[in-house]
Amino acid sequence: MAQSGRDLKRRMQTVKNTQQITKAMEMIAASKLRRAQERVERSRPYRKRLEQSLGRALRAASAAGEEVPSIVRSNDGERACLIVVTSDRGLAGGYNANILRQAEEFLREHEDVQMVLVGRKARDYFRRLDKPFLADYVYLGDKPNFNQAQEISQVVQEFYRNDLFDKVVILYTHFVSTVIHKTEMQQILPLTELEAEKTPVARGVQPLYLYEPSVGDVLQTLVPLYVDTVVFQALLEAQASEQGSRMNAMHSASDNAGELLEQLSLSFNRARQSAITTEISEIVGGAEALG
Amino acid sequence: MSSYRLEIVTAERQVVEVEVESVLLPTTSGRLGIWANHAPLLTALKIGLVEFGPKTGKKRKAAISGGFAEMADNTLTILASSAELAEEIDVLRAKEAKERAQQRLDEAQADWDFARVQIALEKAINRINATDNE
Repeated sequence: MAQSGRDLKRRMQTVKNTQQITKAMEMIAASKLRRAQERVERSRPYRKRLEQSLGRALRAASAAGEEVPSIVRSNDGERACLIVVTSDRGLAGGYNANILRQAEEFLREHEDVQMVLVGRKARDYFRRLDKPFLADYVYLGDKPNFNQAQEISQVVQEFYRNDLFDKVVILYTHFVSTVIHKTEMQQILPLTELEAEKTPVARGVQPLYLYEPSVGDVLQTLVPLYVDTVVFQALLEAQASEQGSRMNAMHSASDNAGELLEQLSLSFNRARQSAITTEISEIVGGAEALG
Repeated sequence: MSSYRLEIVTAERQVVEVEVESVLLPTTSGRLGIWANHAPLLTALKIGLVEFGPKTGKKRKAAISGGFAEMADNTLTILASSAELAEEIDVLRAKEAKERAQQRLDEAQADWDFARVQIALEKAINRINATDNE
């Protein structure tokens, strides 16, 4: 009986240690989440502005019959490039698994897909499956910056211009709130579909814009900048979602550890109680035998 | 004198928001000055300096690395891929970056992406220029 008591004690200690770690991870994730959330919220208006200006310029270009940059024009082909955004580290609940499942689904539905992988989890996963990919970007850190996004986006745009694929889709986790994250698939290139739907045309008299030096030239810089921004935003959304997801996972892990501890201490007390009872009855029995 | 609002924003932060009377932009086709009540305008920017402030007197500078500017409703918005105010720039770091880029160009190694190094050099020089003759 004493043996089992000691075992239980040891078991309780390990659970306690684990709980301490998960609690610490929860708090770290919470503070990182706060920062990531601020960053993602700060970047959203920028993107909206860019989208509006881009929409206006595209409409002006088509009205003037100007040539739009080749990167905007849609090809009819089915060859796709899929950018998969995951995290470098695990222990974030279903965060990476959700993304990877979606990616697999996309691969099943489309025949000709080239992949660009962001994050160690995606790279390791597809490496294990022996699936080829075009490029991978790992260890971007907790604070993805614009340069990193630009690097990824420019490589993809270069491939796109060189006609390696007909469309580019990015798969990432959209940050809705601390507890809600949605995997989202968004077409980056060509832009045509997006512009028609997403930029609202203001009613009434539209101011007549001057384009300096020309609409075509403005689009030439606007489009790549927009694509960079979309990628950057996806990285920020993913980062916030990752931290949120990890925080929730660690929170429930800490809760579970607490429950387990309660059960263990209950059985420990019971074991101790029965050990004492046995001892007393042994003593009483011994005394009776003597008397 | 009539003034208008200038905003410089990047995807990462809002760099500055001030009332100005005049702004000088580095557009892809040369320098362009903008005063209050300018007609709606959309223009592409290259790597260069944005100078802004009162019509006469001391102007402030910001180094930007490409982007575009939009004038509408008497507000000039510069959406840059990166932007720094002159007073924020770490001159030492910029000089180091310049030397590094120059060295790479001089060595002319085949495995360096030439265009990229050139852009890096341009950016570094631009940032150094922003801090000049303060």
